[in-house]
Amino acid sequence: MNGSAALLKCTGIRKAFPKPDGGELLVLEGMDLEIHEGEIIGLLGRSGSGKSTLLRLIAGLAEPSAGELSYLGQPIYGPAPGIAMVFQSFALFPWLTVYENVALGLEAQRMPKAEIRKRSLAAIDLIGLDGFESAYPRELSGGMRQRVGFARALVVHPNILLMDEPFSALDVLTAETLRTDFLDLWSEGRMPIKGVVLVTHNIEEAVLMCDRILVFGSNPGRILSEIKVALPQPRNRLDPSFRDQVERIYVEMTARPTGSAAVGRQERFPGLGIGSVLPPVSSNAQAGLIEAVAAPPFNGKADLPEIASDLQMEIDELFPVAETLQMMRFAELEGGDLKITDDGLAFAHADQDERKRIFRRHLLAYVPLAAHIRRVLDERTSHSARKTRFIDELEDFMGEEDAEHTLRAVVHWGRYAEAFAYDDGNEVFSLENPS
Amino acid sequence: MSDSTPESGAAAPRFEPFGFLRDLASRWDLAAFVVVIGLIAFLGNAARGMFVPLAQLRVTPMSLDPYFLPMYAARTTLRMLIALFASLVFTLTYATWAAKSERAGKLLVPILDILQSVPIFGFLSVTYVFFMSLAPGRVLGAEFASIFLIFTSQAWNMAFSFYQSLRTIPTELSEAAESFRLSPWMRFWQLEVPFGLPALIWNMMMSMSGGWFFVVASESISVGRTSVTLPGVGSYIALAIEQRNLKAIGWAILTMFLVILAYDQLLFRPLVAWVDRFRVEQEPGLREPQSWALTMMRRSRLIQAARLAFHATVLWTSRVVQRYDPPPPDPQGLRRSRGKDRIWVALVAVLVLLGVWRLAADLVSNTGLREFLHVVTLALLTMVRVFVLIGLASLIWVPIGVWVGLRPRVAEYVQPIAQFMAAFPANLLFPIAIYGIVVLKLKPDIWLSPLMILGTQWYILFNVIAGAAALPTELRYASANLGLRGWLWWRKVALPGVLPYYVTGAITASGGSWNAAQVAELVSWGHTTIEARGLGSYIADATAAGNFHHIVLGVGVMSLFVVALNRLFWRPLYYYAERKFRLT
Repeated sequence: MNGSAALLKCTGIRKAFPKPDGGELLVLEGMDLEIHEGEIIGLLGRSGSGKSTLLRLIAGLAEPSAGELSYLGQPIYGPAPGIAMVFQSFALFPWLTVYENVALGLEAQRMPKAEIRKRSLAAIDLIGLDGFESAYPRELSGGMRQRVGFARALVVHPNILLMDEPFSALDVLTAETLRTDFLDLWSEGRMPIKGVVLVTHNIEEAVLMCDRILVFGSNPGRILSEIKVALPQPRNRLDPSFRDQVERIYVEMTARPTGSAAVGRQERFPGLGIGSVLPPVSSNAQAGLIEAVAAPPFNGKADLPEIASDLQMEIDELFPVAETLQMMRFAELEGGDLKITDDGLAFAHADQDERKRIFRRHLLAYVPLAAHIRRVLDERTSHSARKTRFIDELEDFMGEEDAEHTLRAVVHWGRYAEAFAYDDGNEVFSLENPS
Repeated sequence: MSDSTPESGAAAPRFEPFGFLRDLASRWDLAAFVVVIGLIAFLGNAARGMFVPLAQLRVTPMSLDPYFLPMYAARTTLRMLIALFASLVFTLTYATWAAKSERAGKLLVPILDILQSVPIFGFLSVTYVFFMSLAPGRVLGAEFASIFLIFTSQAWNMAFSFYQSLRTIPTELSEAAESFRLSPWMRFWQLEVPFGLPALIWNMMMSMSGGWFFVVASESISVGRTSVTLPGVGSYIALAIEQRNLKAIGWAILTMFLVILAYDQLLFRPLVAWVDRFRVEQEPGLREPQSWALTMMRRSRLIQAARLAFHATVLWTSRVVQRYDPPPPDPQGLRRSRGKDRIWVALVAVLVLLGVWRLAADLVSNTGLREFLHVVTLALLTMVRVFVLIGLASLIWVPIGVWVGLRPRVAEYVQPIAQFMAAFPANLLFPIAIYGIVVLKLKPDIWLSPLMILGTQWYILFNVIAGAAALPTELRYASANLGLRGWLWWRKVALPGVLPYYVTGAITASGGSWNAAQVAELVSWGHTTIEARGLGSYIADATAAGNFHHIVLGVGVMSLFVVALNRLFWRPLYYYAERKFRLT
């Protein structure tokens, strides 16, 4: 797990994309990482934390803006021969059979025909695809398709296998079978690979498979902490030490950003300017989570891993909702727990009209953009304003796409709260419907 | 493009009498053999005619004897095939270049966009003179001109569709190709071409209908005093019109019907069924397209062998063409390439200005402002015709299309018929209409107009059928459940549901009608010529008179109108419909 020479080394990696206005969008910063022989490393984080970007940098599919990447001591420019990748959406060529898909990487290496055949059949055999050689991807189930994805990556005998959320497009049962099969092959040493990098947003998956987990934070993407998982394989999800590990990661991921010493009341609810990106979390999702946590057995306070498994939500879905509740002061998020505030409880027990009133009060008090829109509409004699007016303002703080999403989120909340109306056809905000 | 799969799960061998015969040739081989040899003989015979001296054409004049029709049909078909092949080559090169080189793309894409909407048909006479000079005294020159014309009716939208496919390759597929280090050559044949094929084949089919129209119109042409008649169905029709022979026209229509049917069954059906597997959405389709010809090709070892050979060639060439790994990035390079960008833009600007200036100077010195205004008035007349006709056609075909589309059983029969009608060159049917107009002494300004939309109205029909068929079943149940009926149902369910599809169809129909105007506004029956006032007849007149300046002016104004209408009317309407009413 350690001691041996690094297979792959990343130092001071930074990645930024240029923005149309001349600025840049920072996705990754200060990324240091080493991968040693015999370990599975997990890159865990929410969408937008840059973990997939890092994987693509390692794969040579993109270039870092600064920093160095080296594989076996050689700098990486473009895809290196010893690094293969498994994709989230499988990325199989639909016009090629299973066999041809697997053989493609070897064809690209211009290997002798007989050798290609031998190795492709061996990979197909290893991954349990015997008998499917002449099938086309569309004839296969999701699990079988991802097996082809694995075979295709393994056939080139890579030293490092990169996996980009390889199980997230599969149903729960299939994903579990594939994980177990993969771990079996790995621990028996039957795969020609020396190290694995797994990108995931599923905490349990990370704990189940990885030797080392790097927890990513967002804005910009960076490594928050590194967690070693010393549990012996095969691991059992129900094992208390396993649960403990999962719980620790939840705590890690909901922790306040370091550096803020004063933990006053204000600090616990991160302050928002008008230029914060708002998540696309519907009022229904917020209401749903409030109700779920307010009700027994949680009675107003829930452990995140528990509520996640109870609602069958992945962290990628759960965290944005929880954080929105925190922003709206309907809940507090700390130490891996979600605690509903008094107003949140009042909301849970209110009827429809009362809920809207509470929601409106909180929206206008705690979401500066909503308050700003309302103020502009109140001030104007026409009580209307064009969408572009606000988009322009937002674009001083964020990219075009984020501005669009943020405005869409605030439109949804404003409509639910009946704080203002919006006509999508004319792209105009107004005070028409509300009281 | 599949193969070399290992045999899997071979069953225990069963004794079969004369099994060796079966191994030698399957039943399908026999059928395939007959079809292939037949086609080769048919087309080979036709090809011989292309290389004879021009004088031969005068020695052996066209005959209206139906006995010669198969030979004429072969010549017409061959022209079509060659043009199609040329379009394909053009597509794979031009579109690839435009997509791969950002610098070239900046210029190539807008050019394509304009070419797509310009009615090149008007330039027929100009291209004729040019190509005749390439192979003087040989039929080949005239053949080239005709083929070039067909090419211009097909190539642009094929190239455009391929360009768009190249730009929309799913990121993960492209990353997979990159991470397995496919060489650009291999990437092209293993990823880009297969990915672009479904859209390309569909556009090829659409192109064909335009192609038939042109092939028929371009076989017999006279520019000023020069006139050439290439043996083919189009010339046959022209001769029949000259001799006022309705029976011969009937024969020609029948022949064309059979030729298009053969094209459809032997070329496009198999292609469509075949490319179905190239679709990237991996959900199994509602119903896989069927084709007996494809089944024949798949099961026949002869054709299988040909396909394997092609696949092997792709793989073999992939081995020969090396992957070129770019050197480590060079910060100087970026600055240098920016400089090159500027030079490129400047060069293009200078060329464009020069061209515009030449053309303007030429036109101004040879035609006056009054002529220009006259042409614009004529263009307005034609525009009114096109819009009124599209409106009328919509009134008829939208309700019928919706009715058919909602009944899958009926649609199954009607859809191929509508597509077939769209592919049928409507100009073959003109003589019948003209005969009617002449005999009944109808007013040409009005009664010639329907000819413009005769061939293009079908696009409206089959797009509406497709739209109605795509209406989600649950939506239909819901509206039935709410008791929506009559006009309310049309207004709230059917019309919004098919609108995006309808607009697509109307755009195609409108473009086609402008082109058809050049043939439909000036027609003759024997020595009687009837003319409808409009831009189409203006161009046709200028062509007959060999007046180059008027041709350029006419086609220029027409291009301007078509492009402006597309940009200011159709495109906004299309985006509006897409945004607001697209259900899936």
